[in-house]
Order: sequence, then C-alpha cells, then structure tokens
Amino acid sequence: MFDILYSTMEKVPLITAFLTVGVIMWVSYAIGKLTNNRVHGSAIAILVGLILAYVGGEITGGKKGISDVALFSGFALMGGSMLRDFAIVSTAFGVKLEELKKAGLPGVLALIISVIIATVIGAATAYAFGYTSPVDMATIGGGATTFIVGPVTGAALGASSEVIALSVAAGVVKSIAVMILTPFLAKIAGLDNPAAAAVYGGLMGTTSGVSAGLAATDPKLVPYGALTATFYTGFGCLVVPSIGYMTLVALFG
Amino acid sequence: MLIYGVALMSGCMIVGTFLGRLVGHLVGINSDVGGVGIAMLLLVLVTRYLMDRDKFSKLAQEGIKFWSAMYIPIVVAMAASQNVVAAFNAGALAFIAGLGSVAAGFLLIRPLAALSPKSGSAETSAAE
Repeated sequence: MFDILYSTMEKVPLITAFLTVGVIMWVSYAIGKLTNNRVHGSAIAILVGLILAYVGGEITGGKKGISDVALFSGFALMGGSMLRDFAIVSTAFGVKLEELKKAGLPGVLALIISVIIATVIGAATAYAFGYTSPVDMATIGGGATTFIVGPVTGAALGASSEVIALSVAAGVVKSIAVMILTPFLAKIAGLDNPAAAAVYGGLMGTTSGVSAGLAATDPKLVPYGALTATFYTGFGCLVVPSIGYMTLVALFG
Repeated sequence: MLIYGVALMSGCMIVGTFLGRLVGHLVGINSDVGGVGIAMLLLVLVTRYLMDRDKFSKLAQEGIKFWSAMYIPIVVAMAASQNVVAAFNAGALAFIAGLGSVAAGFLLIRPLAALSPKSGSAETSAAE
C-alpha cells in the first residue's frame, strides 16, 4: 500500500511539491505564532527550505537540494526560475508608479556601486589567496556579484574550471547569506520602505537571495527590491568581463 | 475571466524577457539584461491603463493576485532547491568573497536610500 502511495506521489511531482510546501508553510507559521511573530513565519519557512536543501544535497550528492530526491523532484519546477520570475512579475501588480520613480535614482546608483564593490572584494580575496592573474581575479570577482556572473566571466576569459567552481561557490554563499541575514538585519540597515528596498535589491543583486530575503522581511517590499535585482546579473555579465577585467589587467597585468 | 489576468501577465513577461535578451544580444552578451524588471514595469503600466478605463475585471485581477500570493511558497521551494551543501563546504575564499560583498551591501543601504527624493534636500539635486 505504501508503495502505491509513494509511486502516486512520484507520478505527480509538482502536486507533491505543492502539498509539501503547504505543510512547511503551515508548520512554519504555527512556529512563528509561538514566537509572537517576532520571527516571521515566512522566514522560518525559507530556513526550513534551506535545511531541506542541505539534507537533500547530503543524501544525493546532487546540486539541486531536495529536488534531487525523486519524490521531491517537483520542487525544481515549483522553485525554478520560470515560476519564480512569473511570481516576481505578479508582485508588481498594485505597485505605485510614484514610489517606483522615487526609488529609481538610488536604485540605479546602488546597482552600479555594488557591482564595482563586489568585484573588488572578490578580486582582492582571490589575490590574498594566491590567485593573482587578472583572469582569476575577474572570475572570482564576478562570483562575488552573483553565481551567474562568475561562470559567465570565467567562460569569457578562459579561466580554469577550479576557479570557475570557486566563483560559483562565492556566489552561492552570497545568495544564501542574503536569504538568512536579511530578516535579522533589516531594521538596523533601515530596510523598511520602498526606496530602501530598491537600493537593497541593487546592492545585493542576487535575485534568489533578494526575493527570499524580502519575503522573509516584508512581502510588501518585494516588487521594489526584485525590480532592481533583476537588472544586476545582466549588468554584471556585461561589465565584469569587459571593464572589470580590463581594469584588473591595467593594475595587475 | 480569470485567465485574462494570467495571460496579460504572461504577455508582459514574454515581452520583457524578449527585450532583456535583445539588449543583451545588442551589447554582445548571451544574457538577459533586466527582462523580469522590464516585465514588471510593463505590468504596472498596462494594468494601470486598463484599470483607469475600467477595462480590467475583478476576476482578471484575481488571476494576477493568485500568483502574487503564491510568491512566498514558490520562494520556499526555491530555497529548498539551492545547493546549500556546496555553500557550506566552500572554502574560506568563497566565504570571505561572498560574505564580504553582502556585508558591504548592508552598510550601504542607508546612505544610498537617503538619496531618494523623499528627503527634502536630495530632491533638488536629483532634479537638476
């Protein structure tokens, strides 16, 4: 009988994911209530998600967390970029154009400043660990912007697969750190209004980190942060392998 | 009908992603530059246009609101599909590079958000 239930759930992976996430949400919000909502239910749910991802990765040795476990393969579709981006777009419904305009200039500035700073930090760390060629520094610098910019930069410049793997790791650390730290640091960092959210999105850049971080902090801020964050990776892919690399060559080449 | 809202949003996403990839193609990178962001702006503009003219039914709006409400569950599923093991086992280099840029980001939120036109003195300089 258990076999039939198991194979039934395995046959409808997306539906199984809906059910499982529903249970996670219910439990997480119940725990959140126990803390008098001092820790928001969504923050707990995201943390539970990350723990499941760790467990899944340990069991299977795969790269896609719990979704590498056959029974939970629907998580990859439900939490994949297609539905995630679709849900992000939907949050824009009801956004006030006036608020967006106010957030525009600081958001764009944040985007530019942050790509520079992240690349510099990544490149400097690479240098400190003995990766002193401009190609390696640019690639790891790209990884410190997002885990997509790193490999794009590395591939464009012909970096070794070891360095590309390091750049992806730096980007994944960043994205997960943003998910976990945002709800705790939001108050201190002044992340409580649309303009600050747009700046935050531009500064962090990782779409997954920002979308989860804001969901755990204040869902009303999601569209503002997501809007700037979605420009970050493309902008990073554009400038890090070109201007970023040329600057590093001029300094260290 | 409910599907009208979903279809409208899908149209915005396809046009936005198309434009984002077109920009990427034009500047010579095989990547999408802000496609989702463009889609969000489109959705804001189109829905406002339709609602101002009373052309956007309650039911069609529900189609968008459903996905908006699914946002957090989808993000939870996304979190559960991350390569957390790799992040945990990443060496010191990846940790310092990743966390360093996050720390710098949090420190800069206040100073940059202060440039928003809301704070009176910045308004004039932004308008210039």
